[in-house]
Amino acid sequence: LYKKTFIEHFEQAPMYVAVLTFLGFGVGTIFGYLRDFMRAWGLEKRNVATEREQQKDFVPLYQDFENFYTRNLYMRIRDNWNRPICSVPGPQFDLMERVTDDYNWTFRFTGRTIKNVINMGSYNYLGFAETDVNALKTVTIELQKYGTGICSTRQEMGTLDKHVELEKLVAKFLGVEDAMVFGMGFATNSMNIPALVGKGCLILSDELNHTSLVLGARLSGATIRIFKHNNMQSLEKLLRDAIIYGQPRSHRAWRKIIILVEGIYSMEGSIVRLPEIVSLKKKYKAYLYLDEAHSIGAVGATGRGVVEYFGMSPDDVDVLMGTFTKSFGAAGGYIAGKKDLVDFLRTHSHSAVYATSMCPPVAEQIIRAMKCLMGQDGTTQGLQRVRQLGKNTRYFRRRLHEMGFIIYGNDDSPVVPLLLYMPGKIGAFARRMLEKNIGVVVVGFPATPITESRARFCVSAAHTREMLDTVLNALDELGDFLHLKYSRYSKSSHPELYEETRLELED
Amino acid sequence: MDIKSMKYYLYWLYCQFELITCSYLMEPWEKLLFYSFNITMLVMVLYIAYIFVPVHITMAFQFFLHLFGNQHENTVSIVK
Repeated sequence: LYKKTFIEHFEQAPMYVAVLTFLGFGVGTIFGYLRDFMRAWGLEKRNVATEREQQKDFVPLYQDFENFYTRNLYMRIRDNWNRPICSVPGPQFDLMERVTDDYNWTFRFTGRTIKNVINMGSYNYLGFAETDVNALKTVTIELQKYGTGICSTRQEMGTLDKHVELEKLVAKFLGVEDAMVFGMGFATNSMNIPALVGKGCLILSDELNHTSLVLGARLSGATIRIFKHNNMQSLEKLLRDAIIYGQPRSHRAWRKIIILVEGIYSMEGSIVRLPEIVSLKKKYKAYLYLDEAHSIGAVGATGRGVVEYFGMSPDDVDVLMGTFTKSFGAAGGYIAGKKDLVDFLRTHSHSAVYATSMCPPVAEQIIRAMKCLMGQDGTTQGLQRVRQLGKNTRYFRRRLHEMGFIIYGNDDSPVVPLLLYMPGKIGAFARRMLEKNIGVVVVGFPATPITESRARFCVSAAHTREMLDTVLNALDELGDFLHLKYSRYSKSSHPELYEETRLELED
Repeated sequence: MDIKSMKYYLYWLYCQFELITCSYLMEPWEKLLFYSFNITMLVMVLYIAYIFVPVHITMAFQFFLHLFGNQHENTVSIVK
């Protein structure tokens, strides 16, 4: 079933790490209660949102755990998020420096910029976020021809010849009959799933699906059942129960059963088990909706996504969805599949009727990126980028494993989550990496389970070997200082680099 | 040179303590409160250990002797 080996790691940390994480959260919670007490009794100035005096007798607004967490734990390390950048998010970027005088309640800009910070957080997988004048020549021509605004929706007057050209190109790139593009990637999911399913249908969605898929599923009004992450036994059990027992009270057959999965899950770095899902779908006659937001352009031998990575044909997947935000350096999303499906969506999708269509310079950027990937602009640059991304990914992951960090995910995915676990280390890690001129994204509670906070690296084809080595050396030092190397399976502390150079000479 | 690496090791241990118990994130007055609480508890535990542990050990020693032999009094008597 699988043509190449499928290796995924989800190593569990030793028990003492979990105990210490809970201890850290316990201390944080106690101090949170202390600060809330002081604020309620007027011993400390209130910077948070509180109810007015007249509203105190009504149902409390800010007492749930999420607000408590935001006030007391998130505020203390808030300076690691929402950092404004002032250049293109390529492999290196410039940050605006900001300081806080009152422990992260307010920020002020000093006016300086921190230059050439290595970017390990942007979804710039193929490096198309660039400002090179030669590369953007066609985009500037289109900008001068069409301007920037569309001022209409797709169904009224917002369909340009650029959109038709782009849709044909996307269909050709993916190897399907037809495609439709939308202005915003999140809106593609949340506005089109309600058009495809309704009441009386069943949605089987993965545990760790993105918010856009969850929102689209809830808006549709269908019944939603959740299966464990990437677990085919759980999915098969749900499918069998759905077919045997039918709808909840009437026991009639379901009108449609649709399975929602993603190509690469952005918080775990895991790749979907597509061959098994397709065989399950064919056996039980369900439909498959594949969200390739992170995997289009990033995996596969020529960058055509997860379908090509597993060597399957695009006819096996009913609805192929993806976004142009990540690998193509633009904005927007697409849905591709059979011509009947796309014609249906052109008339029935909320996005087509109400949302503004994609603006022409952005469409041209996607066209030039796709032509570069397919090799139609006369160079092999696209293929080189995909190969460079694969090399960078494998190198980065191998070095991190050897150093002894706990990394989640598949060996071929360019999203690399490094587990940090303790809340104190989240802030320390991000701040120290910025001091070494490396920008990382750390993720904590609402987006991940509370004990598994992580730092997420996004490897890009535009990163050179020197940049990756700088980052890896910084991670090595920081891992020793913060004691982050929890893995029990590390091979050696200093890998032999000469082996890698020998491979380079053979090329 | 060992003193320097020893001092660095102690500093590193202190950093680990700060990170694990989230005192890295606290404002200075909170840190003062937290450390004074911790040090008070530690001093109390050590003081109680200093006073009571020798007494408990001698009592346990006597209990085990009683269990395994009952030779409190000198029962070796010379029959002659």
